[in-house]
Amino acid sequence: MATTTPPAGTASGQSPAAAGKPAGQLARQPPAAADKPAGRPARRPRRSLLPYLLLAPAIVLELAIHVIPMLVGAWMSLLELTQFHIRDWSSAPFVGLDNYRVVLDVNSAAGAELLRSFRVTVVYTVLSVGLSWVLGTTAAVLLQRPFRGRAVLRALFLTPYALPVYTAVITWTFLFQRDTGLVNHVLVDQLDLVDDRPFWLIGDNSFVALLIVSIWRTWPFAFLCVMAGLQNIPDELYEAAAMDGAGFWRRLRSVTLPMLRPVNLVLVLVLFLWTFNDFNTPYVLFGGSAPAEADLISLHIYRSSFQTWDFGSGSAMSVALLLFLLLVTAGYLLLTNRRRNDA
Amino acid sequence: MRETAAERWSRRIVLTLLAGFVLVPLYVMVSSAIKPLQDVQGAFTWWPRRPTLQAFVDMWSTVPLGRYLLNSLLVASVAAIFSVSVAIFAAYAVSRYRFRGRQIFSVTVLSTQMFPGILFLLPLFLIYVNLGNATGIELYASRTGLIITYLTFSLPFSIWMLVGYFDSIPRGLDEAAQVDGAGPLRTLFQVVLPAAVPGVVAVTVYAFMTAWGEVLFASVLTNEGSRTLAVGLQGYSTQFNVYWNQVMAASLVVSVPVVAGFLALQRYFVAGLTAGAVK
Repeated sequence: MATTTPPAGTASGQSPAAAGKPAGQLARQPPAAADKPAGRPARRPRRSLLPYLLLAPAIVLELAIHVIPMLVGAWMSLLELTQFHIRDWSSAPFVGLDNYRVVLDVNSAAGAELLRSFRVTVVYTVLSVGLSWVLGTTAAVLLQRPFRGRAVLRALFLTPYALPVYTAVITWTFLFQRDTGLVNHVLVDQLDLVDDRPFWLIGDNSFVALLIVSIWRTWPFAFLCVMAGLQNIPDELYEAAAMDGAGFWRRLRSVTLPMLRPVNLVLVLVLFLWTFNDFNTPYVLFGGSAPAEADLISLHIYRSSFQTWDFGSGSAMSVALLLFLLLVTAGYLLLTNRRRNDA
Repeated sequence: MRETAAERWSRRIVLTLLAGFVLVPLYVMVSSAIKPLQDVQGAFTWWPRRPTLQAFVDMWSTVPLGRYLLNSLLVASVAAIFSVSVAIFAAYAVSRYRFRGRQIFSVTVLSTQMFPGILFLLPLFLIYVNLGNATGIELYASRTGLIITYLTFSLPFSIWMLVGYFDSIPRGLDEAAQVDGAGPLRTLFQVVLPAAVPGVVAVTVYAFMTAWGEVLFASVLTNEGSRTLAVGLQGYSTQFNVYWNQVMAASLVVSVPVVAGFLALQRYFVAGLTAGAVK
């Protein structure tokens, strides 16, 4: 591929004016700003195919594994794709929006279960993202200034993020065992806080267990991102604030948090989407099937699809989930953009 | 900007609590791995009274751990190498060229990573199965299918982070190379890549970690022969018995390499995030 590419377009898209700018601005604006007004880059004398060739492998893979399956999934949601048709899906009859009518009808058994799972997921996501963000930001701010042992703590805090999810969660499964686990040993045998050994992996407590594991795994990522964001805050700002007599809280409120805003905007959105789609934590923690109190939506769709082999309604639930996430994301971006413009 | 005593002590207390929260499960993983089976099946003890390495021996025969390990190694390394190669070319295009569709490409690629995995799991499963039936290309239950799937998982973030890295390399270097007559690909390999080595290494580790830790697709797209660690480790819990000491020993063995790799390279991740995210 490389040898057939004409070297014509080599210099296109590069202007000396751009070379000195900081990285962030380059990615956003066309570098031709010096000789052309902003906006879409004007037609260039020698348009090159090269960038498209460079992108081709990535585009083909993304199409094959993400885009096309997603479109197929949308099509599947309109079919009666039950176990009788799964071997030969061209025979599955087209049923229009029937699958959606069934799974989104809160009076049907399937709809009621989906709604319950959706509620659990919303509460789970809000609590997990909120607390993970707080812990991550706290740790990053407290590690901002050098002290002895800082490098060790930083490495320790990042470890849960680096651990493969299944080993981390399976360890927690062991901690939460009723008779042989650490949690009950501490609560019942050592602190004597409760008399009966509680079950953690079934019943109401399972939600608490799930949440703790999720926060344990998620907050290091928030820590990592906030730590990266803090490195971009110039020391002069803190010095100026200190000279004005600002204490710790004042500096946090007036310097740190406002400067972290761009990082936080992305971070919270990413955490929200990851947590809402979380499958691994409940799947490994409860060994395949979660109790109703901790039945997150991805696992719920997975279980109901592979239990009944009704991929039509499974796809309908997935598409509905995607639409919900798109709606929330769009709302979030609109809201945060408007506030930025107001400021 | 001197720290007050109250500030210092509250910092110490909060950090100690956080460290405890992180440490306890890690400690249990290590300490239970060196307990004999009876001790992990009885009441929990903080200290291993009869430390033994028996679990590290037994774990290979309770489940075919060697095969799972080999599958995971193969799948994760091949997926990481391909993913990073593809990402390098794509990131070079996005960083150095202005072309129609550049913005759309960046946004689309990033947003696919945000979509629920379950959304393309069901269709992908059916596509792989039907493709196998129709053409004989075995993607379902094969390591090839898993490799292709995984390499797209790390692709968006890898491209994004590499674009940040490439952007921070002065274009003056490219231009100097071009004056010397280097074409775009030679510029990439001789000028841009050498300057971005930390970024490339960090992205490779990230891609490896992604494939090494993936559970959802592994649970559906593999069979006994192509099973990876993510699913295989569940084999230690049978209907009658859970070999907790062996689970912990196996977890330790499969975690240590990736954790060590990640921690060794963490500052490049931070640098990559600073370059990529914070704009």
